[in-house]
Amino acid sequence: MNFEFSDEQNLLREQAQGFLRDYCSTSVVRRILDGEESYDKDLWQKVVDMGWTATVIPEEYDGLGLSYLELSVIAEELGKAIAPIPFSSSVYLATEILMAAGSAEQKSEWLPKLASGATIGCLAVAEGSGPMTGNALAAKLEAGKLTGVKIPVADGDVADFALVLANDDQGPTICLVELNQSGVVCELVKTLDPSRSHACLKFEGALAQVVGASGQGLALLDSIYNRAAVLFAWEQVGGADTALNMAKEYALGRFAFGRPIATYQAIKHKLAQAYVKNTLARSNCYFGAWALSTDAKELPIAAATARVSAIQAYYYASKENIQTHGGMGFTWEFDCQFPYRRSKLLAINIGSEAVWQEKLIQAIEKDRAA
Amino acid sequence: MDFNDTQKEAAFREEAANWLSGNTPKQSELEGLDYIQRAKLWQKRKYDAGWACMRWPTEHGGRGASAIEQVIFDQEQSKYKTPDSIFGIGQGMCAPTMMAWASDEQNKQYMPAIASGEHVWCQLFSEPAGGSDLAALRTRAVKDGDDWVVNGQKIWTSGAHYSDYGVLVLRTDPNLPKHQGLSYFFLDMKSPGIEIKPIKQISGGANFNEVYFNDVRIPDAQRLGAVGQGWQVALTTLMNERASIGGGGGGVNFDSVFELASNITVDDQPAIKDTGVRRKLADWYVQEAGLRFTGYRSMTALSKGEIPGPENSIGKLVGAPKQQDMASFALDLLDASGIIWDEELSERAGLFQATYMASPGFRIAGGTDEIMANIIAERVLGMPQDIRVDKGIPFSEVPTSGN
Repeated sequence: MNFEFSDEQNLLREQAQGFLRDYCSTSVVRRILDGEESYDKDLWQKVVDMGWTATVIPEEYDGLGLSYLELSVIAEELGKAIAPIPFSSSVYLATEILMAAGSAEQKSEWLPKLASGATIGCLAVAEGSGPMTGNALAAKLEAGKLTGVKIPVADGDVADFALVLANDDQGPTICLVELNQSGVVCELVKTLDPSRSHACLKFEGALAQVVGASGQGLALLDSIYNRAAVLFAWEQVGGADTALNMAKEYALGRFAFGRPIATYQAIKHKLAQAYVKNTLARSNCYFGAWALSTDAKELPIAAATARVSAIQAYYYASKENIQTHGGMGFTWEFDCQFPYRRSKLLAINIGSEAVWQEKLIQAIEKDRAA
Repeated sequence: MDFNDTQKEAAFREEAANWLSGNTPKQSELEGLDYIQRAKLWQKRKYDAGWACMRWPTEHGGRGASAIEQVIFDQEQSKYKTPDSIFGIGQGMCAPTMMAWASDEQNKQYMPAIASGEHVWCQLFSEPAGGSDLAALRTRAVKDGDDWVVNGQKIWTSGAHYSDYGVLVLRTDPNLPKHQGLSYFFLDMKSPGIEIKPIKQISGGANFNEVYFNDVRIPDAQRLGAVGQGWQVALTTLMNERASIGGGGGGVNFDSVFELASNITVDDQPAIKDTGVRRKLADWYVQEAGLRFTGYRSMTALSKGEIPGPENSIGKLVGAPKQQDMASFALDLLDASGIIWDEELSERAGLFQATYMASPGFRIAGGTDEIMANIIAERVLGMPQDIRVDKGIPFSEVPTSGN
């Protein structure tokens, strides 16, 4: 049994922690949340320089060819730091789709640029309220031209290209659209988590090329979401630990009725529960990382398990962090809002808790029927 | 990351599996024996072949094995239906305390019989006035020559009625503050003046006892640690309690409720088709998986010869309430028929009803949910202890429920 990260992977973690301590303090998150910029360009450039965007891209496309265990370590640390950069859109989603389904030309064209950070990619699926299903899909791809409206699109305003779900004559299909062209209109969208930018993308006959097989867009998306769910879950577990630590530090220093509030069981039990939820989620993420890194047939179950528990852990830790802070936690001035906002973004971006609970039971049913 | 044994572990697993395949008791051997005799038969067989208390040194009846080797043997053993053990407390809690605090001679005398199952040991800690607040115990020991004379009452003692020896904490000086006036002993459970009464539980069973002491004499030579050092010695036992009790074990789990929900019809379709049922099952699956993989992380530490991290402490706090909630949910699925508790008539011979009635005990025994949460907050997260109003006050002046 070796259910642990290797010494090299732990070294990478230490390096990532030191780096993010230096360049991604909460004041960086606050600057993006409060300001006009969509993401922290300085931090992004440094992340790119560290090679993080190239982690799992094969060496033939100028990547580092490392495993998903390394990427898991990076995801957890970025999640802990609540980093305001388009890493997940470009790395967990756009890069993954191209690696999984891109043609040889598409891979050669885009993967080296994604690896070097010269290009940022994003994924555009939603078209308004409710989960996206084939029936609800309105965007259309006809004769290489895309029409339709995608909202919200994470990092749609900063990405160079989007991978868009649209119907062609075969049904739902993923297509690649460069965003710097006349048929694309991009508008910023106000969101619950302004530390990560979101856009409304309007396509009015924009040039697009199919990625993967026509009509197989939903199946492709499903397999990519299983992979991304593990990486997002690591971000969530990292964020949940940040929220728990914030609450603990505050409770140790805050006095009420003549003693630190950390001595009260009402506070202790809340934080012990957060520790329990974080630990369960973390252990499930280990299994998810193993399944992802070995292309195991258990991935659908492992991914859903990691995601459901990570959603629950981050929500609990982030809301009880505010509660532990009392009134100060409710002020704009305090940092408690960051994990609370981010926990909800990550809980619903690629399907909500209910969606993944259903996926989990379906995957278990399928596994048992086999 | 992988789930494979190292080469050495694989060889050990094979050795254990080979021995088990030819040596687990056959049904014919067990016929006519009660559960105590069955447990002793199996334990003696393991002992004779060198598979009992494997981590103990050889002179105490073990084989000096590593922690991971013990885990591997337990995993292999769990593939067979073997007699339930009655030695968990003696081997898992009493013996480690003896090995840490008793003399070499005493350990040479007592340990092999614990390992072989010849002697069963129990732990006499809780009292009517001291459960979660264990150090509030009141059973008195007064020095008389080379003996201590003991009067008072212990409660919740598992297996007292079939135990040969017991470990206990006693108040040797009520005029010192709570923790300082305690001393720790072991005693012969057949000593004159001991009276044992079973406690009938809400689940119908009687696994625990009240134990009364009327002028029971314990030789001073059977004291572990110094007079007044009893609390420190007790902590050795309690640490091992947490290590040995673990995750709450089998009983009602995802599989049993999933199967029930697949077989029961609600609104003209299997209950498992209902979104509410599916979401609840998903939550429990996720918890069970989290506990399982947390166990894998601990095993990895053991495999490397390290001590498992604090993540190991969540098992009981997650597992016990989960059992209760899942049993309750299963009874709801059964609707009106869930009230029937009958081996013949109930699903799974009454597993859900039995767990519903037993699970309140899981949440209390070996540290209540609340105490487990305190332990996580204090030992894992490093939060301070609650302010104690009995601190520094002579025990005899501390307010109690009775006055």
